[in-house]
Amino acid sequence: MLRKLFKFHGGVKPQTNKEQSTTAPIAAVPLPDRLVIPLHQAVGGHPRPLVQPGDRVFKGQRIGGADGSLSSAVHASTSGLVRAVAPAVMPHTSGLTTLSVIIEPDGEDRWGELDKVNYRSTPPDELRDFLRDAGVVGLGGAVFPSYAKLKPGKEGKLKTLVINGAECEPFITCDDMLMRERAGDMLKGILAMRHMLQAEEVLIGIEDNKPQAVAAVQAAIAASGQSGIEAVAIPTRYPAGGAKQLIRVLTGIEVPHGRRSTDFGVQCFNVGTAYSIYEALELGRPLISRLVTVAGNVNAPRNYDVLIGTPMDHLVRLAGPRADTDRYIMGGPMMGVRMPAFDVPVVKATNCILVGSEAMFPAPAPEMPCIRCGECAKACPADLAPFELYWFSRSKNFGKAQEYHLFDCIECGCCSFVCPSHIPLVDYYRFSKSEIWAREREKEAADAARDRFEFKNHRQEREKLEKAEKLAAKAAATREKVAADGATAPAPGSDAATPAKPAPDAAKRALIEAAMEKARQQKAQAAPKNTDQLSPDVQAEIADIEARREIVAKPAASPLPPQDA
Amino acid sequence: MFTALFVMTGIALVLGAGLGFASIKFKVEGDPLVDKIDAILPQTQCGQCGFPGCRPYATAIAGGEAEINQCPPGGEEGIRKLADLLGREFKPLSEEHGVEKPKSVAIIDENTCIGCTLCIQACPVDAIVGAAKQMHTIVASECTGCELCLAPCPVDCITMEPIAETVDTWKWRYPVFQIAPAALDTARQEA
Ligand code: SF4
Ligand code: SF4
Ligand code: SF4
Ligand code: SF4
Repeated sequence: MLRKLFKFHGGVKPQTNKEQSTTAPIAAVPLPDRLVIPLHQAVGGHPRPLVQPGDRVFKGQRIGGADGSLSSAVHASTSGLVRAVAPAVMPHTSGLTTLSVIIEPDGEDRWGELDKVNYRSTPPDELRDFLRDAGVVGLGGAVFPSYAKLKPGKEGKLKTLVINGAECEPFITCDDMLMRERAGDMLKGILAMRHMLQAEEVLIGIEDNKPQAVAAVQAAIAASGQSGIEAVAIPTRYPAGGAKQLIRVLTGIEVPHGRRSTDFGVQCFNVGTAYSIYEALELGRPLISRLVTVAGNVNAPRNYDVLIGTPMDHLVRLAGPRADTDRYIMGGPMMGVRMPAFDVPVVKATNCILVGSEAMFPAPAPEMPCIRCGECAKACPADLAPFELYWFSRSKNFGKAQEYHLFDCIECGCCSFVCPSHIPLVDYYRFSKSEIWAREREKEAADAARDRFEFKNHRQEREKLEKAEKLAAKAAATREKVAADGATAPAPGSDAATPAKPAPDAAKRALIEAAMEKARQQKAQAAPKNTDQLSPDVQAEIADIEARREIVAKPAASPLPPQDA
Repeated sequence: MFTALFVMTGIALVLGAGLGFASIKFKVEGDPLVDKIDAILPQTQCGQCGFPGCRPYATAIAGGEAEINQCPPGGEEGIRKLADLLGREFKPLSEEHGVEKPKSVAIIDENTCIGCTLCIQACPVDAIVGAAKQMHTIVASECTGCELCLAPCPVDCITMEPIAETVDTWKWRYPVFQIAPAALDTARQEA
């Protein structure tokens, strides 16, 4: 190829260990007894369940509906009976559970009705909705909903569509096998993406340690007769499959810290994603299976076409795990994460199950102090200063870590790989990142609480004011009424010499009298209870008491008792 | 000699005028220090610090009337941040004001609730919805966990539940405390 290629900064050359799993073709997996399909498998919102325990589902039936602005649907991987919709342990280091649909396959593997779409005649918005509901997400490991990336940007077209077939991480070969065996169909998916993005050129980057894949893709391109598409063999160097690194190698564009490749007219998709877009658009099949490499401590490493939700141990058993197996790692040795249990399900993010043992991955040597040798900075493909990030993360100085572009770290592990002091640097970065996210959530919550508190205070003030106003208005109304009454009645004793002063007095007195009158009337109205059917005895007693009251009340009512004088 | 004096006086006058103008032109509304302190406080609005809310406490700190270690929800980290901001010495949380607890939300037992509205009046952030004689519910996402609604409830139907960790809120542990091996041992037994 005559194309001029560029170099990215840093990178390492670990042993690839890829040959073992590429000797045999992709194999199918017998149906397991039970599929556990987590509803939350992609970046973004949690899809809501659309089925209930006891429902019968078809293969490809939607069981989780996309929810929120960024979310992707989830489907039943085979036909069968929904046993439960309940939390189940997910393939995540934390060992936490997430809401999952548990399906008991009926063995028929029967598809429901499939909707196909002609992408050339369908408006882009509808295509994106279709892909969202087909559950298509990035299969390179980031599981970002693909529909959200299939937007051509402000100019209405894209300069370069980069297809990532680099697959730089050791042990993983699922993209390699996909390109070898399904290059033609994958290419159809790429053409659909090219159409949606209106991309001028398409570059398929493949590391040069996969000559068969390069040849297969080139043959498929030649067979399709399309122009402007090129499969490019790039030098093998980890992490050439990082999006920014691959873009750099193929186009020479250096995406600066904190920017996105789309700002430069480039968008990047994984080859597996291209294939599932083909399946969704041309076959109407939603994303219900993916290729998974089983490698490491097994007798026959191989790639399998696996239904989403298949328990990992069911899959690994086919490859013959050795007796001393004590761990599964999802992903490769550089970026993979350890699974909390053996029976966690395969999800859309599972590109590889690396079976491990103590002998194969011995515990790392104890961490020693950083000697500031700078090896990590030389190896960092994101052009960061890993040791500075390490110092700030270690001392929990998260603000500083962010200033040094912590969030541009792709957690590739190159720095830990080269560090002579065996510092688990990436663990520190992951810790820092999740602490920063937690703080941001707390900050948002605090700001919301402050607003609500201020609003409540404001509301209480306003209510108090309103109440006071209402009272004042009522008082004014009564006063007016009394004043009006006073004006119509003849005012006895009103003197021309002192007209101003007695008037308010009189008004006040009238007000009090009015209130007293009202109270008297109310009292009179409140008839005593239990006096309807009384015996003559009780009646007589009451009459007696009333008479006595009259006598007592009389002197009190008389004005100016003699003692006071 | 005199020229020098004139020059110096002239400079002094010009700079003085400049400063005076700047102090008027760039006058900051409100008290920026109180805002900064308030931004650190957790906004639980629980009153454990002895003030009727976070902002009054912030004002008191800024005025030198309160210590920086009186806010239990803010915890040690909050005190550290305040110490950093104000250039004061770090102090452990003052015991008389309470202890740091895991973040919780209030839950109303909806079968016991008599709909008296007392909790609604107590809640500083309007996190409780309900009407007189109707069952009340707490909007968990708005609840700050201040516990102010517990005491007024005449039938004691409100309890505090610690917030469970989910995959979205899970945090990677500080590398020194590795928990993975323990989790895997149980996995091995199961397998
Ligand atoms: S490679 Fe390790 S020892 Fe060297 S500077 Fe980086 S962190 Fe420190
Ligand atoms: S893990 Fe992060 S800091 Fe380390 S080399 Fe990779 S990108 Fe750089
Ligand atoms: S103790 Fe803390 S959270 Fe509670 S009101 Fe005072 S400052 Fe706010
Ligand atoms: S519901 Fe209760 S605990 Fe929650 S914020 Fe309101 S008063 Fe505080």
